[in-house]
Amino acid sequence: MMEKEDSEEKEISERPKWDNKVQYLLTCIGFAVGLGNVWRFPYLCQTYGGGAFLIPYLIALVLEGLPLLHMELAIGQRLRLGSVGVWNSISPYMGGLGVASMMVSFLVGMFYNMILAWILWYFFHSFQNPLPWRDCPVNLNHTAYISECEKSSSVNYFWYRETLNITPNIQTSGSLEWWLVLCLASAWCFVYIGFVRGIESIGKAIYATVTFPYLVLTIFLIRALTLPGATDGLVYLFTPNWNTLKNPEVWLDAATQIFFSLSLAFGGLIAFSSYNPQKNNCESDALIVGCVNSFTSIYASIPIFAILGFKANENYNTCQNWNILQLTNAFNIGDENITVENYQDWFNHLNATDPSEVESLDLKTCDLHTFLEQSASGTGLAFIVFTEAVINMPGSQVWAVLFFIMLFCLGLSSMFGNLQGVLTPLMDLHLIPTWMPKEIFTGLICLVAFTISLIFTLGSGNYWLEIFNNYVGSMPLLIIAFFEIITVVYIYGINRFNDDIEWMSGRRPNIYWQATWRFISPLLLLVVSVAYVVMQAEKSPTYSTWNPDYMYFPLAEVLPYPGWVVAICGLLSAIPVISIPLVALYRFVGFLKNYIKTRHNQNPYANEVSNGDL
Amino acid sequence: MLDKILFLLCLASALADERCMPDTPHGFQVRLSIKTALGDEAYAWNENEMFLFRATLAFAMRNHMTGQQFNVSNIVVCDETERVSFWFIVTSPLDTSQLIDQENVEAAIRRSRNRINSAFLLTDKTLEFVDILPTLGTPYVHPTPPWLIAFGVVMGAVGAGIIIMLVSSAVQKKLKTNKKPQDKDEDDEEETRVKTMENGVARDGVYNMSFSEDERFTAM
Repeated sequence: MMEKEDSEEKEISERPKWDNKVQYLLTCIGFAVGLGNVWRFPYLCQTYGGGAFLIPYLIALVLEGLPLLHMELAIGQRLRLGSVGVWNSISPYMGGLGVASMMVSFLVGMFYNMILAWILWYFFHSFQNPLPWRDCPVNLNHTAYISECEKSSSVNYFWYRETLNITPNIQTSGSLEWWLVLCLASAWCFVYIGFVRGIESIGKAIYATVTFPYLVLTIFLIRALTLPGATDGLVYLFTPNWNTLKNPEVWLDAATQIFFSLSLAFGGLIAFSSYNPQKNNCESDALIVGCVNSFTSIYASIPIFAILGFKANENYNTCQNWNILQLTNAFNIGDENITVENYQDWFNHLNATDPSEVESLDLKTCDLHTFLEQSASGTGLAFIVFTEAVINMPGSQVWAVLFFIMLFCLGLSSMFGNLQGVLTPLMDLHLIPTWMPKEIFTGLICLVAFTISLIFTLGSGNYWLEIFNNYVGSMPLLIIAFFEIITVVYIYGINRFNDDIEWMSGRRPNIYWQATWRFISPLLLLVVSVAYVVMQAEKSPTYSTWNPDYMYFPLAEVLPYPGWVVAICGLLSAIPVISIPLVALYRFVGFLKNYIKTRHNQNPYANEVSNGDL
Repeated sequence: MLDKILFLLCLASALADERCMPDTPHGFQVRLSIKTALGDEAYAWNENEMFLFRATLAFAMRNHMTGQQFNVSNIVVCDETERVSFWFIVTSPLDTSQLIDQENVEAAIRRSRNRINSAFLLTDKTLEFVDILPTLGTPYVHPTPPWLIAFGVVMGAVGAGIIIMLVSSAVQKKLKTNKKPQDKDEDDEEETRVKTMENGVARDGVYNMSFSEDERFTAM
């Protein structure tokens, strides 16, 4: 007995652990807080009626986000294993959940790092004066700007042509763009440096990568609030439009946003909490991580929208000044006699005296609201809208550099979580040959992922990234999470789970946790998953392309996915999920075999070799 | 005699004036936006400024068509407006009844555009020759793209960091293995226990160490 206790203690000391609680919390926060907090939440907030969106968002956080978060942290901490080991321990039939989580983590990690590569590219280009996306390049004989740039805009041209060198459709693969390969390699080097020794190195790296974005957001907040037009943007963002709450799509988007924002079902959170000492209050951890994540989303949307308001204001002024110039030139009115203030009076006067001339000028209608609505989410926000705003801010290079470093830090800390969700299960399954040091193994993971993600550096890479983003990083996660909560509550047993938590944190979970774990969260997840599938099925699989030869360029040409691409989309969604029933089936077959064997072979001295592992 | 000369001169200038009119096929329209360019330091447009313009244009014509001595009188201006815009045509110095064609005037202006602009403290945008597109400035081409420099610096630092980390972990491991032979004799048994514990983590059971590893199954 003494020997057993000694060896258990040895085992606990052999497993790596966090240096302190702060490291652990910061890493979880870093994993949860990612690019989506900055470029998806503000967009949703603006689209779905501003301040009113906070209501479904916070309700989803309370009913779905926090319970799932608490559950993942608790099981990881109790069972001290990565996702595969945890689900195998709870029930061998549900071992497939761990495999599914691991696969999703790996696939998401691959395309997520491509986004980091793009961020690095922009970061390297921010050290020039003028910024390269400010001006259109001139054509060969210096008579005019390149037509693709002139028709769209310099920021669009820099993103689609000089960065992505995008092909007109997904079938045209183009070639490997060497500059993107370089940036991708450097992104993986950055990831490797933080990830090289697992949580021992991640724990040190996240002190910088998690705190820096908050610093930059605060700097941006102060700067943005002093820009002209900032208040327009903020008013537009936060003015609640209560009518949107009647639209069920708003609730669906709020639920999915909370779910993806907290990085649930990746297995990364389970991995991180498995390195905790068992006597740790995971309830407060879950509350802290969940609330900080939502607070960051709201806090990030303020400077983003202040800056977007500034950009809309600039565009509005440019539009009005163009009109003024047209009138001034046509009617030979004195320079600067027409101003923004008296424009309307002059317009009325001129329209009354010479309406045909005024009409021939084709004046634009300048509406501030139209410009405010031109926001975007995702890469469009960061690389097109924001870069355009930065050009007009004094000291553009500084703001561009700060912005891209912030995005890079946000993405890097999420990448650590993704890869840890792959590494920890592999380590726990002892699939690593003992002769291989951990550094080589992590390097190997990075190398393999880098090689496969070279597809995203092709000309059609952006289209492939959209596919991965839509089909891997969405549906499978919802399904995995649903099965996770069902497994814990009904297969592992909610009472046993409550006992575990009481043993770990000293307090039994209260009625809020009981109600949400048993009924509300599984039901909500089921409804959200089904609704999500239905909405996806309704939309025909199309994608927007950038085609300079398109008739209505610069509008995007919307094309349907070719058949083989649709098949790949289906595979991407299905393969992670299919491992859940497959593993259950495999275990069941093994169980049947054993059962038949024991029926035939009633030898009481034959030991059953436990086959509780993969 | 004097009367006749005076009459001819008036006629000549009258003829010249007739050829200068808005939308003339021989000349160009000019637009100045002085207030936009200079704000508070804007100067007022008056006859002297017009004289300077004509002189500058004559200078441009001289530069382009070498040998021909253009004078201020060869630049004829008309249709001046409050905008500060006007039309002008250029007559040949050899024969005032002849007009210089548009291509030559355009080429002359293009060549000396910078000088004309700076005479008035204006830019291509604020001193506009309608229908003469400014030659777009050659964007400065860097000998090495600056992004590669930034990339090189950052990647150098990252590469150095990786090497340092790998070397330090290798060194740490060596120190550990040097320590181990000292403890090895005492902890032989415990080591095997530790090893089996590591192997046993993923399994449900804990090996009971009363039995040695070789005899997992009791012999019948």
